[in-house]
Amino acid sequence: MMRMFGPVWTAPVVLAVLTVIGLVSALLGDGVRDALSALALGAVAAVGAWHGLRRPQARH
Amino acid sequence: MAMMYRLHTDLYAGLWGQLFLGFMGLLLVVALVSGVVLYAPFTRKLAFGTVRHERSRRVRWLDLHNVLGIVTLTWALVVGATGIINTWAELLLKVWQKTELAELTAPYAGLPRVTKLAPMHDVIAIAEKTEPGMKVRFVAFPGTRFATPHHYVVFMHGDTPLTSRLHKPVLIDAQTGVLTASRALPWYLVALTVSQPLHFGDYGGQALKLLWALLDIGTIVVLITGLYLWLKRGKAAAARPAEERALEDA
Repeated sequence: MMRMFGPVWTAPVVLAVLTVIGLVSALLGDGVRDALSALALGAVAAVGAWHGLRRPQARH
Repeated sequence: MAMMYRLHTDLYAGLWGQLFLGFMGLLLVVALVSGVVLYAPFTRKLAFGTVRHERSRRVRWLDLHNVLGIVTLTWALVVGATGIINTWAELLLKVWQKTELAELTAPYAGLPRVTKLAPMHDVIAIAEKTEPGMKVRFVAFPGTRFATPHHYVVFMHGDTPLTSRLHKPVLIDAQTGVLTASRALPWYLVALTVSQPLHFGDYGGQALKLLWALLDIGTIVVLITGLYLWLKRGKAAAARPAEERALEDA
């Protein structure tokens, strides 16, 4: 079970945690917490952009 | 802008329009959950984020759908769920008016309309004294949507992005200017209040607005690729990933 969980779900779980941090942090305060939110959600968006936009030649 | 807002909140169909869109939101959440269930069987043999560009468009778009879907998943779930809650705003406000607010104001039932209003300045001063540390957001006049026929309701708020939205209503007798009650909002209005920023992304400054837009674009791509995959579902074994992969790998 853990073997199944590992490779498939590690990245999704990390992304989910980052998203939750990003959504909640800025709700609880301004300044540093806003920055943390932007970083966490920014990382999630960056992962999406990286995998969604990169072209095949980048992999070979 | 106003037109987009109406189209987004109630399709110009009032409460039923809101509830209809809430139902659509529910379908969105169901679709997201079904996507999570299908994610593992479709990606088990691939490294995270793999898009098989060398394969057919259907495989490419399937991979894109899976990658962007799993990346935007949590955000889309939160925006979807909080959007559903937002469609109940009007109902929840009515429940509050009919229950807690009605209870507080029961002694005033049947009294004649207020003719002479207590001065606003005093009303605000009393509210500020009752809830030290909180600020006045707005004052609802007697007889309006957020007040009762016989009370001013002063809505107080805290100073973090979250507590600044968690209003605490202070009821003040409109005629005499005496404090009637001050109590925290019930849990369902707290839930509604918390769900608003999480749906609209109108907090955390410009950066969050930009990220909301980016994640939105990602979700739209997931929608379009999903629609494409659905239209092409007859081909190969879209519903049977193992077989489909066997065919592709052959």
